[in-house]
Amino acid sequence: MNTTWSRFNITSITFGFAFLYLPIVLLIVFSFNESKLVTVWGGFSTKWYVSLFHNQGLMDAAWVTIRVGLVSATVATVLGTMGALALTRYTRFHGRVLFSGMIFAPLVMPDVITGLSLLLLFVAIGLDRGLMTVTLAHITFTMCFVAVVVQSRLISFDRSLEEAAMDLGATPVKTFFQITLPVIMPAIVSGWMLAFTLSLDDLVIASFASGPGATTLPMKIYSQVRLGVTPEINAACTILIAIVAVGVIAASVVNKRREVQRQLDERAAQRG
Amino acid sequence: MSNIAITDTTGQAVPAKPVVKSFAAGFVSRLVILVPYLWLLFFFLVPFIIVFKISLSQTAIAMPPYTPVLDFRDGVAGFFAGFRDLNFDNYAWLTQDALYFNAYVTSVIIAAISTVLTLLVGYPLAYGMARAPATIRPTLLMLVILPFWTSFLIRVYAWIGILKPEGLLNQLLLSLHIINQPLVILNTYTAIFIGIVYSYLPFMVLPLYSSLEKMDYSLIEAAKDLGCPPTAAFWKVTFPLSLPGVIAGCLLVFIPAVGEFVIPDLLGGSQTLMIGKTLWNEFFANRDWPVSSAVAVILLLLLIVPIVLFQHAQARAQEIER
Repeated sequence: MNTTWSRFNITSITFGFAFLYLPIVLLIVFSFNESKLVTVWGGFSTKWYVSLFHNQGLMDAAWVTIRVGLVSATVATVLGTMGALALTRYTRFHGRVLFSGMIFAPLVMPDVITGLSLLLLFVAIGLDRGLMTVTLAHITFTMCFVAVVVQSRLISFDRSLEEAAMDLGATPVKTFFQITLPVIMPAIVSGWMLAFTLSLDDLVIASFASGPGATTLPMKIYSQVRLGVTPEINAACTILIAIVAVGVIAASVVNKRREVQRQLDERAAQRG
Repeated sequence: MSNIAITDTTGQAVPAKPVVKSFAAGFVSRLVILVPYLWLLFFFLVPFIIVFKISLSQTAIAMPPYTPVLDFRDGVAGFFAGFRDLNFDNYAWLTQDALYFNAYVTSVIIAAISTVLTLLVGYPLAYGMARAPATIRPTLLMLVILPFWTSFLIRVYAWIGILKPEGLLNQLLLSLHIINQPLVILNTYTAIFIGIVYSYLPFMVLPLYSSLEKMDYSLIEAAKDLGCPPTAAFWKVTFPLSLPGVIAGCLLVFIPAVGEFVIPDLLGGSQTLMIGKTLWNEFFANRDWPVSSAVAVILLLLLIVPIVLFQHAQARAQEIER
């Protein structure tokens, strides 16, 4: 394809990325600020990171968030992958329209509605609000994101591979675990990561669904932000950004390696 | 009950294996559909029915703070008798107080303006990415997705430090002598616009990019060869072809932006009015569960058309991919 990499294109990309990244870069830079005033530079210091680790409330909240994130992302990945399979493999079943509606609607549903409705459900069935309810709420909204990510991979999947396996006598279940699962694995991994970060990130739904003793990190950060911007929060945010960035970059490198390996294998198979 | 019939036959006569296999396959496929289906029914659809039910009840000083309506605890007769107790006071209340009406209207207007602004910022970026050399396109794509992975709350928070009266933007503009006194941006609608455009930009860029990247650029060359000026070629060829991306991107920004809470709360301050914030305050500050349920029901009704449109767009995109 003929691409014209014109000056206009370069300018719009530069401005676009500057807009996307400048606020994050400034946030990170000012987390190393000596001064307590967040916007006045007072010299380099890592003291806010030290005080962060002595802030028991924040550390407790971080631990709650990680536990909720790990459990909810894992369950959401299983449910979301099943949902994606149901949507792509079974084109006809009762209530398919409703099902696909329930998969897509949570992607755009305002958090306040999801949060309020889940809270009223938990109250109606008499479930005490806490870690459990936050986890259930997070599973519900993140599984839809997983389903969409996995579904896009399943659509481009070459089904003749599965047919070949079944012709050779593999059961459908065995075919799924030996053929389908390895092929859609990259999508499942990125679905899990997406679910995990969405869970780490969520403030509104967690505020509705959680009760005393289950304060998540975003809830803690939010209550401190309302009192004012502090370098300590900048430091906490920088750590979160670093974790996510390392995770995403590592995953994409692994994916790329696997993709290259797969192409090499395919070429070798064609030659042999 | 067809499952049972199948097991019976396998037990009796026919050579077992293929039937067992198809039974197992049928069972597994039913499970694959049923488990996520029931989960979403119970945790996504049923809650809406409860919200609707509670929006018709009355506030009470109790825990939970509303009077029960349509309760099966009184038996079926009690359930139907409950219809007499239903009251639409909460909805009447929403129409009486201009605050709610204004909040709905401003939310829709703010979301619409922000969507247009996001499109204006996102289109050139997506276009530039789609025309970039194929080797660097995956990297550019990852750079757009990366901020989406970092916390929403953090990205909104980062703007407070920039937009404050003594913040970085004002420091920069003052030191460059572009302005003489600090601009008031934080706690205004301008700050909300900036926040929404910034936070939702990846949602706009990704669908735009995927439709622009698929486009056949020889069409533009054909238009040029036939004497069409570049601007006209853009409006007559490029833009119409990218329309599915434009629609998907706009819906992905507009719908959540109407009910947005974090951005108006942190950047908009107390003077700005948006419905997500109103619902939050009604629930957490006033502890009025029935009224906040009524607010949610109306908000959902307001968004039902764009949500259905979004779902149709998604389903159509899926059919095309297939």
